[in-house]
Amino acid sequence: MVIYGVYIVSKSGGLIYNYDHNIPKVETEKTFGFPLDIKLQYENKKVVVVFGQRDGINVGHMLLSVNGSTVTGCTTEDGRDVFDIIASKENYPLSLKFGRPRATTNEKIVLASMFYPLFALASQLSPVPKCSGIEILTADTFKLACFQTLTGVKFIVVTDPNMQGTDVFLKRIYELYSDYALKNPFYSLEMPIRCELFDTSLHTLLELVEKSGTANL
Amino acid sequence: MSRLTSRLDAKKVNSELLTLTYGALVSQMLKETESTDDVNKHLERIGYNMGVRLIEDFLARTSSNRCLEMRETADKIQQAFRLYLNMQPTVTSWSSSGDEFSLVWDQCPLSEWVEIPNNGLKYCALIPGAIRGALQMVQLEVQCWFVQDQLKGDAVTELRVKYIKRLEDAVPAGED
Repeated sequence: MVIYGVYIVSKSGGLIYNYDHNIPKVETEKTFGFPLDIKLQYENKKVVVVFGQRDGINVGHMLLSVNGSTVTGCTTEDGRDVFDIIASKENYPLSLKFGRPRATTNEKIVLASMFYPLFALASQLSPVPKCSGIEILTADTFKLACFQTLTGVKFIVVTDPNMQGTDVFLKRIYELYSDYALKNPFYSLEMPIRCELFDTSLHTLLELVEKSGTANL
Repeated sequence: MSRLTSRLDAKKVNSELLTLTYGALVSQMLKETESTDDVNKHLERIGYNMGVRLIEDFLARTSSNRCLEMRETADKIQQAFRLYLNMQPTVTSWSSSGDEFSLVWDQCPLSEWVEIPNNGLKYCALIPGAIRGALQMVQLEVQCWFVQDQLKGDAVTELRVKYIKRLEDAVPAGED
């Protein structure tokens, strides 16, 4: 049982909690000779591989560092442009490190608010009235399970596609939310959850589910 | 369900602790606030703020469905009284249109051992506030007030609950 992440979306569609759980880290470093046989492009403030997949460097991976110096945007630590470095022959051999881009908190907030209308759309598209909206969304590499409470809070988990019993698991997270977030007098409704007790009990739950599944929840 | 009940049992506390804490709160408020009306209002507000949080706990514990009718709502409120105050009020005096009912009880842990001064204090004003707050979170607007009060010499305490409207714009997607 692999769980990739837990998200809580408030009644008004804002992301109030997100937690990444053991997302595998994919990073490859390799030394290249001139000319570079991988096509790079600057997209969304990242230098991304667009063509020329090989040796574990896949299309969609982003450039993390050049000769050990971290890349931010399209410049290295010493302020040089990545594309200038790549274009000039005297810089070679060049050691480049690529990896899968991780969603930033801002991107997660955007994704959460995108899920909100999608959920509403699904319930409106339904041929039968009283549709619950998206409960399970399956892809080849993950399964997203969503549970909306009567008050409109959505609990979302992203797991391995073979994960069973996500509904029980989501109910348990709801119980933790009502206990550790809402009963904390210093937590105000609709605001991001920053409660340590909630974090720790959620981590315990995740560990339990990963070890022994959802059968004995 | 067995797991849920065992979890509840583990957290049971002596009701006297609640009685005394609540009593201390009310008497402190009376000391610090000029008018009794203000105290009533504040208690109602405190109750409301508790209600909007407590409802999630209630739903998570009981996995209730949405009520589409006032009688179901009355049942749930009764269940909540049992769960949180360990008391079983009777639901009576339905209005003919079915949108108004009374909760009647003769013993409440909050008002045990209490004799109130005759100054218009609504000692248990927390309870209607909590009901209003909780129902608002499940998109039901209600009005809630005391008709009879044992502390004021009535035989029983009667709390009236009246349906005002359904908060349609707040209903989450997939429920309308």
